[in-house]
Amino acid sequence: MDRDPLARRVLELLTEIAPDVDPATVIPGIDFRDQFDFDSMDTLNFAIALHRELGVEVPEAEYAQLASLDKCVAYLEPRVK
Amino acid sequence: MPSEFRLPALGADMDEGTLLEWHVAPGARVKRGDVVAVVETDKGAIDVEIFMDGVVRELVVQPGTKVPVGTVLALVDVAGAEPAAPAPSPTPFATDRAKITPAARRRARELNVDAASLQGTGPDGAITIEDVERAKPSLQPAPPSPQPSPARAAEGAGEGERMREAIAAAMSRSKREIPHYYLSHAVDVTPATEWLAAHNAAAPVTQRLLFAALLIKAVALACRELKGFSGYYRDGRYDAAPDVHVGVAVALRGGGLVAPAITDTADKSLVALMDDFRALVTRARAGRLRASELAAPTIILTSLGEDSVDAVFPIIQPPQVAIVGAGTVTERPWVVDGKVVPRQVLVLSLGADHRVTDGRLGAQFLARVATKLVHPESL
Repeated sequence: MDRDPLARRVLELLTEIAPDVDPATVIPGIDFRDQFDFDSMDTLNFAIALHRELGVEVPEAEYAQLASLDKCVAYLEPRVK
Repeated sequence: MPSEFRLPALGADMDEGTLLEWHVAPGARVKRGDVVAVVETDKGAIDVEIFMDGVVRELVVQPGTKVPVGTVLALVDVAGAEPAAPAPSPTPFATDRAKITPAARRRARELNVDAASLQGTGPDGAITIEDVERAKPSLQPAPPSPQPSPARAAEGAGEGERMREAIAAAMSRSKREIPHYYLSHAVDVTPATEWLAAHNAAAPVTQRLLFAALLIKAVALACRELKGFSGYYRDGRYDAAPDVHVGVAVALRGGGLVAPAITDTADKSLVALMDDFRALVTRARAGRLRASELAAPTIILTSLGEDSVDAVFPIIQPPQVAIVGAGTVTERPWVVDGKVVPRQVLVLSLGADHRVTDGRLGAQFLARVATKLVHPESL
């Protein structure tokens, strides 16, 4: 499966904060919450990782836009330098 | 005369564990709190710390051995007459431990790959499943490719079953021995949710808080003010714990749960408490909890989080004497000054031990938690 580098990076960060998730099983179009019980703690850790690694600070009010891999990439693409 | 380092009990119902690996070798200098071994238990692989300063004389138990709680694992020459300046450690690997995820450890065993020889590419250099699979001998027949649901991917059936048995044992004992009483209290927590939203909008991402952090702190403060909820019932009597360590129930993807403690909870600022909480959940899910964290809780909070149900009627984890539950915060019609208005409502609950307290004190306790919660600026 071909994925652009941003999606790959996001997937790396995702499995860094949730080491019990197998990256090969992540379905890009389905919300993380529905795939592997992603909860508010995961979302916060994910936002911290995105800030640390990609320099993007996601306001709490916009967490919903990080809900799936596809949504993440769409949200981050114009924001990552 | 060396001191004996024994396998500690990591909970009321643990009676044995399998030593998986040593992080020290004979001659290694250790200090209180160092993680010296990894032990597989029914709660997963646990980092076991040592609680003495000294030099390891002998490793008595070899990796792969299953031993009962209390078994002497190693002999340590305890520091005392030694020079104050620390000598250089003769064992470089004592500090350079190979981290490995539980799933990767299992996979390494299946594939007969020596995990210690691998270079990890996971968080903090942890060895992941991919690292193990890359290292497998090429003539190895392709492993059967199970297609478990994603949530089960990192959770072997064996491990899941063992954890289920451990939960069953602890909860059966609880229901058999502890005369529970239950209370619930619906609270308008709008002041807390508004305070939280304002805090999180202003704070850098690393200092944002979850609602659960407020709950944890509120429970800890209430425990300090009202006695009878934070402690242990053992040998027919109640011992109040001198310090409050709130355990937080953490659900594991793929089933099961653990309840490690945030130590000295009442003394921590919300941001410091949140840091500990975040680290604890991440390590619980990665299978890297420490023995002291599992043994420490003096009371547990089980918070259902978002998108769940109204209330939980929690079961005490022996030998503790109380457990606080929190349902999902939900917008509800609520009467304020004679008018029905939408408010954020949380149902708090308490399961407590009737051998130690009565409902009247329990009600005061729950009300105290609620009062703390709706004054978040004082947390």
